[in-house]
Amino acid sequence: MSVATRPDEHGRFGAYGGRYAPEVLIPALDELTDAWLELRDDPGFRGELTDLLRDFVGRPTPITHATRLSGELGYDLWLKREDLAHTGAHKINNALGQVLLAKRLGKRRIIAETGAGQHGVATATACALLGLPCVVYMGEEDTHRQAPNVVRMELLGAEVVPVTAGMKTLKEAVNEALRDWAASVGTTHYVIGSVVGPHPFPTLVRDLQRVIGDEARTQYRDRVGTDPEYVVACVGGGSNAIGMFTAFVGVPQVRLFGVEAGGVGSELGRHCSSLTLGQPGILHGALSYLLQDADGQVVETHSISAGLDYPGVGPEHAYLKDESLATYVSATDGDALDGFQLLARTEGIIPALEPAHVIGWLRHRPLPDGARVLVNLSGRGDKDLDTVRAALAGDRP
Amino acid sequence: MSALEATLRSVRDRGAKSFVPYVTGGYPGVDGELLRSLAASGADAIEVGIPHSDPIMDGGVIQEASRVALQRGTRLGGVLAAIADAAIEIPVAVMTYANIVHHRGYEAFCDDLARSGIDGAIIPDLPVDEAERFVALGAARGIDVVLLAAPGTTAQRYRAIASASHGFVYCVATYGVTGARDQLSVTARDVVTAVRPYTDLPLLVGVGIATPEQARAASAFADGVIVGSALMAPLVAGDPKAAMQLAEAFRSQIV
Repeated sequence: MSVATRPDEHGRFGAYGGRYAPEVLIPALDELTDAWLELRDDPGFRGELTDLLRDFVGRPTPITHATRLSGELGYDLWLKREDLAHTGAHKINNALGQVLLAKRLGKRRIIAETGAGQHGVATATACALLGLPCVVYMGEEDTHRQAPNVVRMELLGAEVVPVTAGMKTLKEAVNEALRDWAASVGTTHYVIGSVVGPHPFPTLVRDLQRVIGDEARTQYRDRVGTDPEYVVACVGGGSNAIGMFTAFVGVPQVRLFGVEAGGVGSELGRHCSSLTLGQPGILHGALSYLLQDADGQVVETHSISAGLDYPGVGPEHAYLKDESLATYVSATDGDALDGFQLLARTEGIIPALEPAHVIGWLRHRPLPDGARVLVNLSGRGDKDLDTVRAALAGDRP
Repeated sequence: MSALEATLRSVRDRGAKSFVPYVTGGYPGVDGELLRSLAASGADAIEVGIPHSDPIMDGGVIQEASRVALQRGTRLGGVLAAIADAAIEIPVAVMTYANIVHHRGYEAFCDDLARSGIDGAIIPDLPVDEAERFVALGAARGIDVVLLAAPGTTAQRYRAIASASHGFVYCVATYGVTGARDQLSVTARDVVTAVRPYTDLPLLVGVGIATPEQARAASAFADGVIVGSALMAPLVAGDPKAAMQLAEAFRSQIV
């Protein structure tokens, strides 16, 4: 099953994906599927999106040769600089594409969920740019962990609705956004923030994020003259990783690694490592790997990074794992803090805690000496300063 | 024909309307005695929720009931055992979410229901496109897998749902999730009217039916009414007596 033919017409990536959604949402999902099949190669739509990505987002983002960190780790390391995209993370690629698509569909209102706040900020930004009202659901816990992003969203004109159910994090925010959408589906588009959810969302978001890998592969070959041997990205829901991997899946001699949040331990509830420690299950409309108990109840999760604090993962990652097309590992909160500081000190780049997991994993020297490594630096770390300051002061979460 | 479908058909055949109350399994006070009281109040069948951590089709009342039920350690096996132990005469369908069934295994889940004397299953996030195997496994064991029809879809899809559903067709009255509404949505009649040509199964309306008056209005065009959040609200407020009085009021108006 190649990327071009993945998923099948039922939204299946092998056994995974599908559409486990309430009946009331099916007409909108059908409409979205048809619209995307038509528009994704439509020159008018692509042209409009490409112009915005260039003029507004600042694409292409560069790749940076991390020379001092390479020396430290014994690798030849390049970074794809999604932290330099407008709003500070890769999330804008997807948000802008979906809000543009929603306008084409005649939708008059946008809703989104957010964990770290980056997707919420990106969606609020796209809505401000394109003139649509925006409501962002955010777990109450995350509104505290990522308070600056709440301010940003409100400045951009979005309404931020704190969600108080359950652990008050990303999973509950998605639940609440789905409930809103079930009631408002005729006039509203739900801009889901990762490669999760019922078909066609995992495909739609992948297609909008693959610009990361498409750019990076060309840039890397221009600069280095060949492909990297290893491509590494962090995985929560998995959109930055899929965006990076899609250009490289199945390329001989290129190995793909996804780094999940290992939290503070391997016991259920202390991490977010769905692919490395979970089992197949259904959450938010798709079958994928899932952190669940013996009865199939979705469990609470933990990560120092709000953006990875999610018990599920995109179904295409489940497929890539089972087919051994990508390898998934995990890095702890402590690794992420180490990676965060290391990148800041050696390269002058303060990363988001999410991709800091990748740097933290690389610190353990898991790859052969001298390996050519391309890392997706999915976002910048301004939003995490309070969390990191508290953690470094000994108040580790 | 399963007990659930036979019962709902016989109600219709005698010119009456079915009243199907919903309660969240494992919630304090939702026990054999309550199920027997609901049966005695004239319910034609009972829907029992198996609580799930992520009830995306449920509004605030059932979310809260599910949270409390799970917090006190409610398990799938416990809910099924409580239904079996209640030994009520009328049919029981369980309502839960796809992952509970998937995790248990579709076949094992159907076997569990059959062993517990349960007659049907309603899974709101298992639409017709994903339900084929589960419907067949249920049918082979006398378990009706009830499919939901919702507002705003195509005739082709209403036909597919009506053809694949067993027991009855659950006609979702309105856009949105479970929970009380100020008035009966106009879409309730649209859904029933759209499904009717494609099946002889009873058509029951549910989601958002808040008052006995709304239930009466729905009875005018549907074969029965499902009432969930409105009955759970007094239970969640700690007043089971009020819940039973309300059940009786609903029963008297569903005619």
